[in-house]
Amino acid sequence: MSSGGRFAKIPVYIRGNYLVKTAIKAAEEYQGQYEYANFELPDEELFLPGHGLCGGCTIGVIARHMLKVFGPDTVVVNATGCAEVSTVVYPRTNWGVPWIHVAFGNGGSVASGIEAAIKALKRRGVIDPGRRINVVVFAGDGGTADIGFQALSGMLERGHKVIYVMYDNEGYMNTGIQRSGTTPFGASASTSPAGRKVPGNVTHKKPMAAIVAAHGTPYVATANPAYVHDMVYKFKKAMEVEGPSFIHILQSCTPGWRFEPKYGIRVLELATETGYWVNYEIERGEFRVTLPVPRRKHVKCFLQLQGRFKHLKPEEVEFIQKIIDRDVEEINRVVGREVIGPVDPSLPCLTERR
Amino acid sequence: MTAQALVPKEKRVAQKRIALTGNHAVALAVKMCRPEVIVAYPITPQTPVVEKLAEYVNNGELDAEYILVESEHSAISAVIGASAMGARVFTETSSQGLLYMYENLPIAVGLRLPIVMGIAARAYSAPINVWGDYGDVMSMRELGWIIYIVQSAQEAFDTVIQAYRVAEDSRVHLPAVVAYDGFWTSHVLQPLDVPEDEEEVMRFAPITRSWVRLDVDNPAQLGAVGTPEWYWEIRWQAVETLRESQKVIEEVDEEFGMRFGRRYGLFHTYNTEDAELVIVTYGSLYGLAKKVVDRLRREGVRAGALRLRVIRPWPGDQLKKALEDVEKVFVIDRAINHGAYLQGPMAMELAATLQRPVYSALATIGMRAIDSDMIYEAALKVLKGLWAPYQTYTIGLRGGYE
Repeated sequence: MSSGGRFAKIPVYIRGNYLVKTAIKAAEEYQGQYEYANFELPDEELFLPGHGLCGGCTIGVIARHMLKVFGPDTVVVNATGCAEVSTVVYPRTNWGVPWIHVAFGNGGSVASGIEAAIKALKRRGVIDPGRRINVVVFAGDGGTADIGFQALSGMLERGHKVIYVMYDNEGYMNTGIQRSGTTPFGASASTSPAGRKVPGNVTHKKPMAAIVAAHGTPYVATANPAYVHDMVYKFKKAMEVEGPSFIHILQSCTPGWRFEPKYGIRVLELATETGYWVNYEIERGEFRVTLPVPRRKHVKCFLQLQGRFKHLKPEEVEFIQKIIDRDVEEINRVVGREVIGPVDPSLPCLTERR
Repeated sequence: MTAQALVPKEKRVAQKRIALTGNHAVALAVKMCRPEVIVAYPITPQTPVVEKLAEYVNNGELDAEYILVESEHSAISAVIGASAMGARVFTETSSQGLLYMYENLPIAVGLRLPIVMGIAARAYSAPINVWGDYGDVMSMRELGWIIYIVQSAQEAFDTVIQAYRVAEDSRVHLPAVVAYDGFWTSHVLQPLDVPEDEEEVMRFAPITRSWVRLDVDNPAQLGAVGTPEWYWEIRWQAVETLRESQKVIEEVDEEFGMRFGRRYGLFHTYNTEDAELVIVTYGSLYGLAKKVVDRLRREGVRAGALRLRVIRPWPGDQLKKALEDVEKVFVIDRAINHGAYLQGPMAMELAATLQRPVYSALATIGMRAIDSDMIYEAALKVLKGLWAPYQTYTIGLRGGYE
């Protein structure tokens, strides 16, 4: 165990990111949040090295930190997807905790069964009743927003104590970049290619966190692996809440988004810095933005780093900017003040690292 | 009735005679087996099973987690999760519900989970038909489950108990399904004997927890990617185990007979020893088939009947032996094998087993009414050579092949 707080333990994440100070300020601003911002992460690794994930992929960042927070008494249900095919290929495994993969569309229901079994087995004395075992679903956007949507909704409605972690790489990436319900407008995917007539995907991200919150789920959050401190305290809150919890995490995908692998984190920072992705939480119905952005970069900063948007004409980029402006306006309206600021054209797309 | 085990009566478990529908007999057997997690989604005609189980749980007669899921896909998924966590589980379905579960059925086999499931057999859509035939059950044959088809409420009760014992045996660890006629068995009130002391059931079928499961103290990964270099060997273990489970199924049936006084075998025969014609069928139709055998016998025809009970693993050698001297094997199927050489699924399998001509007919499709006269007429056609082998005829279909 480390001796200092979280920031002392993982200085590597405190870089020249201009939002870090804002984030710390935000953390201090909300009562009760400070304690979460200062818990320790163990040295023990439960997501083990040697996986087959792509260079620049941030699934590993999510899985590693998730297990550092949840600890060894955790059962992971992995829906079919990138994480599943890259981490448990017989006879190898990257998971130091019990893990199960059943199918694509049933993460929520498999976890429901596991959670119910733990309860029953505790009553019958098979499992120590005092032992806390976390049940976690680790599923992609397809396994959550599309084919797994019904199972997720059922799990939430029944109130199972399950932590549902959705890693959203905005498409069916492991099968070759097909479009999903969370693929953004304008992205070129193999089933929504940029054509002469249609400029890629014509729908925009299904708002999963809001949909989950509408179920009355006690803890719902969005997170971004580029802001690990924000992500890990959300894992902790999700673990500690009574009842189901849901964390929607944006995850960069090297072959799907088509950026240089070294930009795996940078592209995610730009998602937040442009307001394309807003980190918030909805705790017992109370909405708060955990990572305010005083001045936004233009969305083109996020788009231009990625090959999937290369084909977009300036007016299409502006259309995406309008979608984001509308989302930001909605968030500010809900919060009641301007937590996400206006676009500032003077901000450079890529800031110099210290 | 069923074969009575040769056990002095006083050594048997004390039992009482009650009357239950097939569905309620299944629910009672499940309750006595004390599952820890029950997952339910209603569908006709199995619904009374999960309703009765809900009553048991809500009245405090059964201590189990009861998950009311939003679909059969989730029902089977949740029992897979619960079983993987080490719980004894139960779910039940019919028809479209089974088909909605379908993608998870072979997964339960691959994960080697001792799930026990009931099926009140029902025709599949379209047109939508909520009544009983065996189209749903027959669609499970290739997946690796142990499949029992039972005849009565008593046998359904007894077989559920046997199924838990077999599935959880450390030599097996495979899911098992107990199927019975939708309506003709599921909804018909029948007399049956049940143990006076429920503990006797748990003494016979204690929860073994011997299967590989999710254990935080001994982390294992279930459901890995099996590449072409590994998939076949892993799956093959389930194939061999299913084949070898026959021994356990027979052993458990025998021991059940010793304790409870009833045993059923892999299949049941009636007057087959000297028979020239044997009517083969399954489920509740066997009663009518036996009636026809009696009538034919009175008329001087050496007739017999055979009821298939365990269709997976397929008791090929035993069937071959039982039917080897029978001149005409006449299979009345209750499901359609669309487009096959023989459109009766069990006729097809018996033809492959016996490697000689088999007579085939379809009956009770979509629960089309049938009586013993209709079966008698069909048997006469087979006897007189009016129906040819290797053809599928129909009993009770307007404009069919009669």
